[in-house]
Amino acid sequence: MGIIQTEKLTFEYAKHDEEGNVIGMNRAIDEVTLDIDPGSFVAILGHNGSGKSTLAKHINAILVPTEGTMWVNGRDTKDPMELWNVRQSAGMVFQNPDNQIIGTVVEEDVGFGPENLGVPTEDIWKRVEDSLKAVGMIEYRSHSPNKLSGGQKQRVAIAGVIAMHPKCIVLDEPTAMLDPNGRKEVLRTVQELREKEKVTVILITHYMEEVIDADHVFVMDEGHVVMEGTPREIFGCVDELKKYRLDVPQVTMLADELKKRGLDIPNGILRTEELVEALCQLKQNT
Amino acid sequence: MIRDITIGQYYPAKSILHRLDPRVKIVCTLLFLISLFLQKSVLGYVIAAVFLFGVIRLSRVPFQYIVKGLKPIIMLLMITVLFNLFLTRGGAVLFHKWIFTITELGLSTAVFMAIRLTFLIIGSSLMTFTTTPNSLTDGIEKLLYPLNKIRVPVHEIAMMMSIALRFIPILLEETDKIMKAQIARGADLESGNIIQKAKAMIPILVPLFVSAFRRANDLAMAMESRCYRGGDGRTKMKPLVYKGRDRMAYLVTVVYVIAVFAIGRYVPFHIWIF
Amino acid sequence: MSIKAEHLNYIYSLGTAYEKQALKDVSFEILQGQFVGVIGHTGSGKSTLIQHLNGLVPATSGKLYYEGKNIYDEGYDMRALRGQVGLVFQYPEHQLFEVDVLTDVCFGPKNQGLSPEECEKRAREALELVGFPEKYYKQSPFDLSGGQKRRVAIAGVLAMNPKVLVLDEPTAGLDPRGRDEILDQVAYLHRETDMTVILVSHSMEDIAKYVERIIVMNQGEKMYDGSPKEVFAHYKELEAVGLAAPQVTYILNALAEKGMNIKTDAITITEAADEIMRNFDD
Repeated sequence: MGIIQTEKLTFEYAKHDEEGNVIGMNRAIDEVTLDIDPGSFVAILGHNGSGKSTLAKHINAILVPTEGTMWVNGRDTKDPMELWNVRQSAGMVFQNPDNQIIGTVVEEDVGFGPENLGVPTEDIWKRVEDSLKAVGMIEYRSHSPNKLSGGQKQRVAIAGVIAMHPKCIVLDEPTAMLDPNGRKEVLRTVQELREKEKVTVILITHYMEEVIDADHVFVMDEGHVVMEGTPREIFGCVDELKKYRLDVPQVTMLADELKKRGLDIPNGILRTEELVEALCQLKQNT
Repeated sequence: MIRDITIGQYYPAKSILHRLDPRVKIVCTLLFLISLFLQKSVLGYVIAAVFLFGVIRLSRVPFQYIVKGLKPIIMLLMITVLFNLFLTRGGAVLFHKWIFTITELGLSTAVFMAIRLTFLIIGSSLMTFTTTPNSLTDGIEKLLYPLNKIRVPVHEIAMMMSIALRFIPILLEETDKIMKAQIARGADLESGNIIQKAKAMIPILVPLFVSAFRRANDLAMAMESRCYRGGDGRTKMKPLVYKGRDRMAYLVTVVYVIAVFAIGRYVPFHIWIF
Repeated sequence: MSIKAEHLNYIYSLGTAYEKQALKDVSFEILQGQFVGVIGHTGSGKSTLIQHLNGLVPATSGKLYYEGKNIYDEGYDMRALRGQVGLVFQYPEHQLFEVDVLTDVCFGPKNQGLSPEECEKRAREALELVGFPEKYYKQSPFDLSGGQKRRVAIAGVLAMNPKVLVLDEPTAGLDPRGRDEILDQVAYLHRETDMTVILVSHSMEDIAKYVERIIVMNQGEKMYDGSPKEVFAHYKELEAVGLAAPQVTYILNALAEKGMNIKTDAITITEAADEIMRNFDD
């Protein structure tokens, strides 16, 4: 059984009219079944409003399914007795860097999670130090979060989650409000964590460039999982992705365009080097 | 702009005062304030001045910084002094013209009121200069903890205070941004009478409230996702434990308070003010 | 008919410990009807620069001419300037406040002192220009989706009938389709109305696709100023200051290095594909 598993997970919420009367139900997630292996890097793609963030909030039991089931580390998120276990094993990083930092000093914020778990004081210090080192923010430990850049704030938020020793980290559009450098900074941190800490990473995003290193990609639309596969398989279907309001990196688009013009280029090009390689080979053969 | 307010803002330095337990600083500040109000002798004020000066030296906060902190309340100080000067009657009349009369008692009350208020403000701002807002809330939480028994939600109040401290700068920045955005849409925030000015604030206040609620919502979610469930069963990263220097500080303050009172009461050549 | 900056300098918190020079001797001229992109990493001074253009932030020294008049002259009508140079901030939907969409868009024209009828006419025109559906005109702006809110906010500035539209990262936080829709709409506006458009963006691909001229800011100074082809030819220098060129620039340069007969100045996918195909067509 995977670290995260869902069985026909459905989430409905009531729609209200102007007077506050219920006028119908909205299905944000519609019978999603998936299974995520421990230690893997999984990306969930989708446009705004596709249901991907709603799904993410289920992993942390902020929301619970209205129908179907979600298991995190083998525990049913609907079971109130398991709530804190679920939240401890699946940590969550949110979109807005400002609205998730609680402490007025970096190290105190990272210590917030372990404090809540009742970890003894000396252990908290060790955990805080280790996690700040893991995200490369140790020299900022006594700074005020307000003086940090967006990317640095997100790294602090990630450290705050790691300090709780989770099995899995869910990043809900962690880069949506950052500039390109901040975005790179956060992704590099996530990549390093995966290698060092062996945690499962679930990245929710609408930036296609961010998922090329993922082991597995899910594409969501209207509450359904509509595509699933390795990044290469997914990126091979440029037209289908466009249909789901998504985009591919310029290099994939260019490869696709060249293919349409008759060049024999492999499907699902992800990186510039790959395209250059393919073109050079083609040139030699002609 | 709006972001430059600095009354009582923490001044980072490495001093014995900075290292003291926040509880010590809170209690001793209170004792100092009480000592100012419960004694009336000149010698008492001299002792208070010496004590305060000693603490300022120990804090390593530059004197100019402290004086700068006094600026915003200078108006208030002046008003109090003038009121006391002209409205207190007693003793010989020193000056009289039209409706203005200054008496001996009025003069001495005004002078001592000015000294008292200045000491009071310097004393309490020394506490905030040397204590981070967070450790101040920690101190308050721990000091008020006994109230938990009569169902005062001490932990929750302290948590709210520290969250407020974290978000004040963010919301100030946001106000700045919204103001600029509305000015760019031609909003006029300066001219007009009071009612027009109040009306002109609506385009700023509504977005600000909306944003504050959105942030509160996000923050609540972030706290829950990090297993926050109130004060029960929570451990502390930085628990407050009294050390030798804290006991020493209590002792010094208590000795000071006793000295001030003893002088007021038993020293024969005391000079009563009124 | 232009915006002309001469030796603009701007210093933050002058005379305090936090003093910082945000603009250093910046000069340029933008002609009416140009579509200009401004790029630079966070803290490069680009946001400060665009807030100078409508007088929101006054320069510490230097001159700024709008249509030939120095806006720092005594008695210059700043409020009239703000109607002429419309500034759309980052996340502009955060400034919406009225009970319904139409009233919110009327806020700008109302501040210009127009009659209620004229305000509504302008608001309707502006909402139409940004492609906002009429059936939602009476909705609360807070109930709309992120992309729609942003359209309303942009319409709120357009309703003032500006001759210059300045947009600070209008696509931040939107998904790819939302991004394309907003930018296409802006390009359409530019074509239809002869408005000057100044677009601040972090996305080099977007900039390359839409603008005719790029101003690059770095550490408060103007680093480059030229057509996208000219500016992106300096892709190595751009990288050194934390910026990048569009991906195709890298691909074409890599191919040229491998000995292919390729001109490296293409910046859009179609151009790049044309260039590459030349190597295979014969």
